[in-house]
Amino acid sequence: MKAVPYILRPRRARRGLPGAIGSFALAFVCLLLGACSANDMDDVQTLHRGIDAEPESLDFHKARSTAAGDVQRDLGEGLTGYTPDGELVGRAAENWEISEDGRDYRFSLRRDARWSTGEPVTADDFVYSFRRLVDPATASFYSQSVIDIENAAAIVAGEKALEELAVTANGDHELHVRLARPTPYFLALLTHPSMFPVHRDSVEQHGDAHARPGRLVTNGAYTLVAWELGSLVELRRNEHYWDNRSTAIDRVRHHFIPEPTVELNRYRAGELHITDNVPPEAFARVREERPGELHVAPYLNIYYYGFNLTRPPFRDNLELRRALSMAIDRRALTESVTGRGETPAWSWVPPGVDNYVERQLPYATLSDEERKAEARRAYRQAGYSDHNPLKIEIRYNTSDTHQRMALAIQSMWREVLGVETTLVNEEFQVLLSNMRAKEVTQVFRSSWLGDYNDANAFLQVMLSDAPSNMTGYSDKQFDSLVQRAAEQTDPERRRTYMEQAEALMLDDHPVIPIYFYVSKHLVSPRVEGWGDNVLDYHYSQHLSLSPE
Amino acid sequence: MRALATAVALRQVTGGAAVRVSAGILIVITIAALLGPSLSSHDYFSMNLAERFEPPTLENARFFGTDDLGRDLFVRTMSGTRVTLLVAIVASFVSLVLGVAYGAVAGYAGGKVDAFMMRIVDALYALPFIFLVILLMVAFERNFLLIFVAIGAINWLDMARIVRGQTLSLKEREFVAAARLIGVPPVVIVFRHIVPNLLGVVVVYITLTIPQAILVESFLSFLGLGIQEPQTSLGALVNGGVSQMERAPWLLLIPATLLAVMLMSFNFLGDGLRDALDPRLKAR
Amino acid sequence: MLRFALLRILSAIPTLCLVVVLAFLMVHAAPGGPFDDERVLPPENARNLAAAYHLDESLPRQFARYVSGLLKGDLGPSYHYRDHSVSELIGAAFPLSLQLGLLSMAVALAVGVSAGVLAALRRNTISDRLITGMAMTGISVPVFVVAPLFVLVFAVELRWLPASWSGDASGRRFLLPVVALALPQIAYITRLTRASMVETLSSDYVRTARAQGLSLFSIVRFHALKPALLPVVSYLGPAIAAVLTGAVVVEIVFGVPGLGQLFVRSALNRDYTLVLGVVVFYAALIVILNLTVDLLYGFLDPRTRNP
Repeated sequence: MKAVPYILRPRRARRGLPGAIGSFALAFVCLLLGACSANDMDDVQTLHRGIDAEPESLDFHKARSTAAGDVQRDLGEGLTGYTPDGELVGRAAENWEISEDGRDYRFSLRRDARWSTGEPVTADDFVYSFRRLVDPATASFYSQSVIDIENAAAIVAGEKALEELAVTANGDHELHVRLARPTPYFLALLTHPSMFPVHRDSVEQHGDAHARPGRLVTNGAYTLVAWELGSLVELRRNEHYWDNRSTAIDRVRHHFIPEPTVELNRYRAGELHITDNVPPEAFARVREERPGELHVAPYLNIYYYGFNLTRPPFRDNLELRRALSMAIDRRALTESVTGRGETPAWSWVPPGVDNYVERQLPYATLSDEERKAEARRAYRQAGYSDHNPLKIEIRYNTSDTHQRMALAIQSMWREVLGVETTLVNEEFQVLLSNMRAKEVTQVFRSSWLGDYNDANAFLQVMLSDAPSNMTGYSDKQFDSLVQRAAEQTDPERRRTYMEQAEALMLDDHPVIPIYFYVSKHLVSPRVEGWGDNVLDYHYSQHLSLSPE
Repeated sequence: MRALATAVALRQVTGGAAVRVSAGILIVITIAALLGPSLSSHDYFSMNLAERFEPPTLENARFFGTDDLGRDLFVRTMSGTRVTLLVAIVASFVSLVLGVAYGAVAGYAGGKVDAFMMRIVDALYALPFIFLVILLMVAFERNFLLIFVAIGAINWLDMARIVRGQTLSLKEREFVAAARLIGVPPVVIVFRHIVPNLLGVVVVYITLTIPQAILVESFLSFLGLGIQEPQTSLGALVNGGVSQMERAPWLLLIPATLLAVMLMSFNFLGDGLRDALDPRLKAR
Repeated sequence: MLRFALLRILSAIPTLCLVVVLAFLMVHAAPGGPFDDERVLPPENARNLAAAYHLDESLPRQFARYVSGLLKGDLGPSYHYRDHSVSELIGAAFPLSLQLGLLSMAVALAVGVSAGVLAALRRNTISDRLITGMAMTGISVPVFVVAPLFVLVFAVELRWLPASWSGDASGRRFLLPVVALALPQIAYITRLTRASMVETLSSDYVRTARAQGLSLFSIVRFHALKPALLPVVSYLGPAIAAVLTGAVVVEIVFGVPGLGQLFVRSALNRDYTLVLGVVVFYAALIVILNLTVDLLYGFLDPRTRNP
């Protein structure tokens, strides 16, 4: 470096730190001002909705999460669907006939139904789609939806050929389905996205990667125009949809927001019209500030604690199980711990299910004091006391709510009975593993979401051979009652069998029902057409946005 | 005369005001964490659904208020501080033992062995440790013990490098040469003569790795992979406080401030000690 | 220089192998699998899924299958996101993380170096103590406290900036995440620069320049700065690692669909291929970045050039 005075140096040479800082600052300011593109919220007919996760797939046969379902219900359309109030109606099928024995269904398909390419939707499309659903190569999660179709189970297990599935087309607009046994809720099953038709040519051309923007061909109200991985999907109206004139909203953006707090912030910042959830911590405040926007509705989902019946201390100790169940003050829990309008659960099947009135645990009507006294009595009868307290573990997966719930219940058991409970917090996958193995679990937290609006959706979980039965409950009488209900075509008789089954199961106490979930959404006052229903289905095609 | 010399040496070792203040703060915090809970009749896990979200007050010994389940925040914070300190100290100890042993051996051995061992360190440096720690925690179910090992395993590399450097220069000193002449076996030389002389460096580094360990544990708690209920740590308390930020800001502010003060104190302490003991060590 | 670079790349290969093996073992050691759920799959469905994704093969075979794909540049299909391949998912997430990381580092360097130099020049004055104090605070307050505070203050209360990522297509959405991510680095770099600058300023050749009558300003710019920045450059390596860690938090809080967030989700989902893909990708990235830093160091300080 020559010692030439700074001032005499040519301008070029005077680089260095200030220059660097200057250019960084400039770049930064540019980024700040950025491409101030028009905020999509100004566009009247784009609906912004939050969903709680990125759909694992938009292929109707390869998804199972509720987030995927939310998006898929906007893209595709099945034989049947729901109105905003939860009434079952025909969609791709105009009407249908059911045989006397309840096993033959004949669907008349809409003649004006179209794919987004303009081609007509035919019965063959449904045949192809159902076959793909049960094809072992597709490896679908939800082939269970159609397991009641004749031969479906065997095909999924690889024992029969695809063509043997009892779904046939009779011409372009008539679909014939034969069930293995009368399944009274079959029409409700058909509303599930796994039953939506897929476009044969697209699938054959693109295979596993057909569910992409520009490739996915849909028969529903919207098509897929963009999928920003990790961020959102954007849908645009399907001009060829048979009911397109009823669709008010042109574009829908489903934003993936796993954190309810983040979602709430975005709603408050005006970036979302509809949220998927409301965080528990903010619930009270939201209810005060925005009562008209908060929608809380009963939901077909139960929060429960299961017992491991295959091992001590709960094996063969009904009194102990009853004691633990009675010692829980469910009302206090739903008021203080969850506090979002959940209802205490005294039954297994949630309220609001079609053609059903749930049975209740006998002590549901007792006062708190009476119930606690009963609990203590049962505890002593079970062989425990203050000198010989019960020592058990509650297992639950990582979540604020579960933790609070477990702490509250631990406290209740201690106060009422003197039980010494240890809380074991596990990651979801670990808990699942343990629950299935039934070796270390004693009391575990779980929940069950009903796939369709029928009591059977809940009762079948407790069957001896049900894969999701983590308690080890196995009662022949219960099994046979549920079985008989499944084969019964007369709704009244069916309902009686199911009620008996539920009462029987509840008395046996394989589980402690704790509360029934509610669906909770914040819906902007600009959104019209929103209907609360027990399945929490909210099709975008039923909604509209009023101008600001 | 001896008293004066000791005093001067102590003065030199303990460095300036910053060091003494930081050390003082940390001692106060530690004592509070150990003895504090006995000042209050509450414990760290009892819930009282009737007394939720109470702001800090002097009555009923609710010095820090209560949280969303009615648990006393003062006792929980003290308890959490204990856990955080424990995790940090043990984890740092793990990285210390690993780092010193490895670095001293490599430095003393010199030549090809040293080059090879340092190559391994270089290789390990490239591992995206935080991801492997996350995987580890996921794979082995957030074992309490595992947290120490996992956090310790992240930091030992720096320690190893520093120790190796120091060993290399110590190796050439007269007392080492003398020991070799007498025929003292290398293992004894390394662990009896060299390691004690590393103490200065090591102490400094410990005070710098402890805040790192605390931050890693907080991070793991943030992801839900750290200390599990009903045990708590400062990181877990802060994480919990974040979600209650609007309704009960003291749930966040108190543990966060305490955490920040502790971290700052450790940093100042480390800096000051380093300046005092070995001004040439300007690594960070 | 080229030989140096090549040697470093070659010695990185065993590292990458180690990474792949470790990650593979840990992912498969974790209880649960990619398709496990509370709604337990019926046995036939589980079998079909296992067959479709080769999970029914022995571990060594699965590993061999993975590695042979890896060598061809194929990271495999994602087990969880069944419509996409791992490369696509990483390809969509990485540019964002990169932008965030680079911007944060740029901001951190710009602000940190300036603050550090300023503090060094005004050593032991109020400005110095203020700057050092703020730097210390920056290191001590964790990112996951700062980030949500930012969202609360700037996005929700003041509505100056977007609360999250996809709500707004402009550049403004970068501001909060970048600053939140940069803060701890600003703090470290300020301290480093200050300490190093102080030392450089008291060295012989600077004192000579002073004696010659050059202004402090030009001394700093032309004589002291470059050598003073050497420790900062060598800090860049660990800084990058720190930014990657902090990025996970920032990504979660601000909803940025970056690589850190993708990794955490894939670990919890047991999406084996995605986890492995991200780990391998990051390891390779760190190797390349460290190499770049070392080359930069060599460029700046001729004394270290001889390998």
